[in-house]
Amino acid sequence: MEQNASTIALTINSSFKFTELVASVTDNITQIVGFGEEEAHWISLSVRESVINAIKHGNKLDSNKAVDVMFIISEESITISVRDYGEGFDPTHIPDPLDPTNLLNPSGRGIFYMRTFMDEVDFSSHPQGGTIVKMLKRRVISETTE
Amino acid sequence: MSLTINQRTTGDVSILDLSGKITIGAGSVQLREAIRKLIDNGSKKILLNVGDVSYVDSSGIGELVNSFTNTNKVGGVLKLLNLTKKIQDLLAITKLLTVFETFTSEEEALNSFNK
Repeated sequence: MEQNASTIALTINSSFKFTELVASVTDNITQIVGFGEEEAHWISLSVRESVINAIKHGNKLDSNKAVDVMFIISEESITISVRDYGEGFDPTHIPDPLDPTNLLNPSGRGIFYMRTFMDEVDFSSHPQGGTIVKMLKRRVISETTE
Repeated sequence: MSLTINQRTTGDVSILDLSGKITIGAGSVQLREAIRKLIDNGSKKILLNVGDVSYVDSSGIGELVNSFTNTNKVGGVLKLLNLTKKIQDLLAITKLLTVFETFTSEEEALNSFNK
């Protein structure tokens, strides 16, 4: 972990009503880190999408299964890990939402949005089961010459 | 209530003024139901005013696509009015601005249905 980084962790049950809670926490954290309004919005959307995926595709809507969300914040960046307790999935087998044959699909855009708005998005399998999505967003620190 | 939907009619165009969030769960379901009712009642020209929609996630974008395709299936047309910058961004990066006809003026949108 980066020096001077702080960690915030929360665990929710697999219910969509808790995505609002996670989004609110995310909004608070991005404000603390100092992201601008637009970047904060897209980070929050990415976290929301990853939590929805964990509930829906990871835990298959089983409300007894948890979703762990961990934020690591520093002056330079925010890293968010979202873990489900499902069977795991292969992120290489996601249809391309930009393929003309998929444009009118009602679903399949969440991970694309995450990859668009975050600087890094990695999927891995947890040794004890489930999938971990790790997303990183760097803060652009403007250098003042005054 | 995450999404408020007000329905009005101008000529043969049904206009839905949407306000609030279109996200997974309530907002998406409400929009789906509203479109289904319009289609069941024979509406073929639908204009969605999304100017007061504060938040949309991928499920909400998916529901806009659903609304579009379900209207098309019955020979109807669905168009979008008053896209916010964030909705426009979400539609643009998934190439959906090539699918939806969008307007910033209600008058122009209404006229376009009769061209």
